[in-house]
Amino acid sequence: MENELLNAVLPLLPRAEDGGGFHAPTLDEFFPPAILFEGTPFEINRIIMVRLIAVALLILLLWIGTRRMRVVPGRGQSVVELLFGFVRTNIGEEILGRKDGRRFLPLLTTIFFLVLVTNITGVIPLLNIAGSSIIGLPLVLALVAYVTFIYAGIKDRGGAFFKTALFPPGVPKPLYLLLTPIELLSTFILRPISLMLRLLMNMVVGHLLLVLCFAATDFFLFNASVDGGLRLFSVGTFAFGIFFTLFEILVAVLQAYIFTLLTAVYIQLAVAEEH
Amino acid sequence: MFTLIAPMATEAAEEKSILLPAPYDIVWSSVVFFLLLAFFFFYALPRVRKVLDERSALIEGGIEKAEQAQAEAAVALDKYTQQLAEARAEAARIREQAREDGKKIIAEFREQAQAEAARISATAQAQIEAERQAAVTSLRAEVGSLAIDLASGVVGETLSDDARATALVDRFLADLEASEKAGK
Repeated sequence: MENELLNAVLPLLPRAEDGGGFHAPTLDEFFPPAILFEGTPFEINRIIMVRLIAVALLILLLWIGTRRMRVVPGRGQSVVELLFGFVRTNIGEEILGRKDGRRFLPLLTTIFFLVLVTNITGVIPLLNIAGSSIIGLPLVLALVAYVTFIYAGIKDRGGAFFKTALFPPGVPKPLYLLLTPIELLSTFILRPISLMLRLLMNMVVGHLLLVLCFAATDFFLFNASVDGGLRLFSVGTFAFGIFFTLFEILVAVLQAYIFTLLTAVYIQLAVAEEH
Repeated sequence: MFTLIAPMATEAAEEKSILLPAPYDIVWSSVVFFLLLAFFFFYALPRVRKVLDERSALIEGGIEKAEQAQAEAAVALDKYTQQLAEARAEAARIREQAREDGKKIIAEFREQAQAEAARISATAQAQIEAERQAAVTSLRAEVGSLAIDLASGVVGETLSDDARATALVDRFLADLEASEKAGK
């Protein structure tokens, strides 16, 4: 299966050759066969399973972590508080201020942790694919962010929200002909799409890169058609695999941070009196 | 040309796009999202907030307590300083009193000693005077008889007439005394 998207994001990706020894990763990676409830709206495939496991583990860990909280924290509690505190302070309060930060904290915390754990499964052995690498989760989260910032804008400022969003004050009237369509497009259409695609594509490409590196390592090391000297390539591809694994950990955390941060920024822009 | 949104395969068998969500994908994404939102909203975040509130209350309480303790310590210090000052003043007063008492006692003793000395010297004076009187009286008698004896011897007659003899002696002695006084 070849397509323009894959070629665009991975120009160096070798084509799959029928009958050849090397099988390059394709987008079929993201359409695994169903495991349960095939054909129903509750179908579960490998990626959905990974997603559910990740969220179940997250809830379990945080449940244990917050079950018996002490005023004087132990080691485990300090880590849990650090994570919660990061969202509360560095995203919520820093962008939205104390009051709104507290108001939207459950949402921001949910988005951050959900994106983080579903991203990080991409580098966890046996799971090996990001739970956020199929479009449903990025789509739902982007939609949540979209609905939330519009809700926050309307709730706090009513019609003035749309007015300042579409007709930014301090601009000569004729310019609105140009400006308003742009603002409409950027605020109400491109924001959720960019949120969604940024996360999805990071995870898709990251997964493909890792598969490519480790598939190549496997190919060079074990395929019968490879000559002796060429087997040394496996060392290089494996090193790349390790590098990209570390890189993917960074990307997983970064994307969770960016998604949450942008959601907070959009809310802040919606509730702010003046831009 | 394929666009991102359009189904991307030319193989028409099953059209799949990573940008077209499957219904089950949306379902499970929503499930995990709302599950997690409920977990954070109803369980985790209230607990975290509670412990943070407790901690800040504890810290505030601690600060308050420390301030209170400090204030109490300051009051106690004031009290002790005052007591110390009072004690010092008291000690100084007692010392002063003792010094005065000592002076008084010394003065008293001195007075007493002087009185005693005066008394002793007066007694001694009186005694001396008495003894002198006695000596003078006895001497007078002795000298009288001696002189008469001597005179008798010189004159060769007995001055048996006592009245004349006594008058003589008295006159003599009076002369003697007078000359003595004049000699002084």
